[in-house]
Amino acid sequence: MINMLWTLKIAIKALQSNKMRSALTMLGVIIGVGAVIAMLAVGTGASQRISQQIQSIGSNLLIVMPGSTTSGGARMGAGTQPTLTLGDAMAIKKECPTVAYVGPSLSGVAQVVYGHTNWSTGIQGTTPDMLALRNWPVSGGRPFTEQDVKSATKVCLLGQTVVDNLFGSEDPVGKVVRIKNIPFKVLGVLAAKGQSAVGQDQDDTVYIPVTTAQKRLFGTSFPGMVRIIMVEARSLEEMDAAQRQITSLLRQRHHLGQKQDSDFSIRNLTQFMEAAEQSSRVMTLLLGAIASVSLLVGGIGIMNIMLVSVTERTREIGIRMAVGAKTRAIRMQFIAEALTLSMIGGITGIIAGVGVSKIISALAGWSTLISPFSVILAFGFSAIVGIFFGYYPAYKASLLDPILALRYE
Amino acid sequence: MALVEVQEIVKIYDVGEVQVKALDGVSLTIEKGEFVAIMGPSGSGKSSFMNLLGCLDKPTKGHYLLDGQDIGRLERDELAEIRNRKIGFVFQGFNLLPRATALENVELPLLYDGVPPGGRASLAAAALANVGLAGRGAHHPNQLSGGEQQRVAVARALVKGAPIILADEPTGNLDTKTSIEIMELFVKLNEESHITLILVTHEPDIAAYAGRIIRFRDGRVVSDEKAVGTRAERTTTAWAKEISR
Repeated sequence: MINMLWTLKIAIKALQSNKMRSALTMLGVIIGVGAVIAMLAVGTGASQRISQQIQSIGSNLLIVMPGSTTSGGARMGAGTQPTLTLGDAMAIKKECPTVAYVGPSLSGVAQVVYGHTNWSTGIQGTTPDMLALRNWPVSGGRPFTEQDVKSATKVCLLGQTVVDNLFGSEDPVGKVVRIKNIPFKVLGVLAAKGQSAVGQDQDDTVYIPVTTAQKRLFGTSFPGMVRIIMVEARSLEEMDAAQRQITSLLRQRHHLGQKQDSDFSIRNLTQFMEAAEQSSRVMTLLLGAIASVSLLVGGIGIMNIMLVSVTERTREIGIRMAVGAKTRAIRMQFIAEALTLSMIGGITGIIAGVGVSKIISALAGWSTLISPFSVILAFGFSAIVGIFFGYYPAYKASLLDPILALRYE
Repeated sequence: MALVEVQEIVKIYDVGEVQVKALDGVSLTIEKGEFVAIMGPSGSGKSSFMNLLGCLDKPTKGHYLLDGQDIGRLERDELAEIRNRKIGFVFQGFNLLPRATALENVELPLLYDGVPPGGRASLAAAALANVGLAGRGAHHPNQLSGGEQQRVAVARALVKGAPIILADEPTGNLDTKTSIEIMELFVKLNEESHITLILVTHEPDIAAYAGRIIRFRDGRVVSDEKAVGTRAERTTTAWAKEISR
């Protein structure tokens, strides 16, 4: 019935008549909304980064590491004893139904030479499963195969950093590099992966068949030994089952009695990363909640000013009632004013919040992410604040006695 | 049927623990097209009576029939609607919205009746022309003289075509010359448009314009008499008395 546009026009006019007061009231909402947007952007940016890192490591990962052993009564640290073998890895793959991929790894650092250039890098002896497990495609050429592992062929895959340092712009596929003076044919190039969770360059690596690493490069007196075995469970739910199956299988293979400690340990990497992601999500919520408090304070500011405004304009309300304004029309007028305040504040706050989060990412180097969700949330929240805190003053105005209101000085 | 029919009206205000009887059994009728002046000292109940007539308040006892409708039974919003459709108010202090233009002030009653914007503007402009303020619609109240402001208020009272205008000391804030202009405007509206005018005043020279004078004292009507002679004779005599005093 009552023309909405007219109501809005009256609201804006009323707010304009007291510009300073309106601006200061809006500032409360601007700061509140801006804080919510910026804090959520910081938090979302952080969790986004963590989940990207989880992605780059691989999902549902278990890491089997050699355990401590007891030598002459002294218990050695974890990983001191070479207890894991390629055979263990193959057995896990074969015997454990909950396991999707098994990637054994025997690694070391060596000088890689091509022509007149050379580069020191980490050499990773492994199986084709490792690439699947780490979601790591080959960007040029082809990966090595199970056959290459079986026959311990001298082939390799180069990480992007190694390619950049040895070949420059030259295509490395089909070329031969020398590692510890042994020629390796470059089968392919690993797609660039970037930094790991701890800031390590994941592309600074060379992948070779694990058997080749054992026989040619990092062989030890312990035949078939691998440093670690990475295992991908078929699903998140099956990780615990996989851990149990691997434990009992390896204990059996290592001939461990009931009372003996395991000579290996299994770590759940995904769990760890997810805990990190979870805590960053909690932090986002916490930051958002703290920021919402300032939005709440802004809302109280609106209510305060609206109450003052209703009192100041008592006579105006009386006049409107005398000429026939109904309860609802008066209420709408003041709610419209509160809503206009909070919405303009909200929009300005969103712009301010985006600006602040850009500044934060530029100055502190944190990644920030403004999700459409947080913008909608902040905007909706400021609208609700306007209606909620505008309602009581409007309600009060609408129930004034017209006679007293007209007489008000 | 009388336009206004008041039967045995009692109005009691609760002021803290004390009850104040503002109206004590008032009965009267006002026909359509009458020009009535209500007089009486302060505290006589004439303001309470005007508030009731204006549907700003409801009687404690008795009946008030406006156009045959019993006002005492109506709810807050229904009263607002009656005020919007049937009653135009003119106050001593003009009571215009300071931030709105003259035209917007006149449009106000139309706004609350849901008249679309185009219709509002043309009706309001016509009402302003009717009170001699054609072309002044864009001015704000503070850019207008007292007499002009009161004309805007009269235009606002007229714009909905209300059958009754209630004027509470309409000349109280105006000088003599402007008072005469406003009263002549009222006379014109009464005679040409047959608008029923009910006027509260305590100035005899203003009351002289009315065709009937009702006097209040202590919440009762103490006299209710038709004026004698023509309006011109009455006002001239009244002014002569005023000047000689």
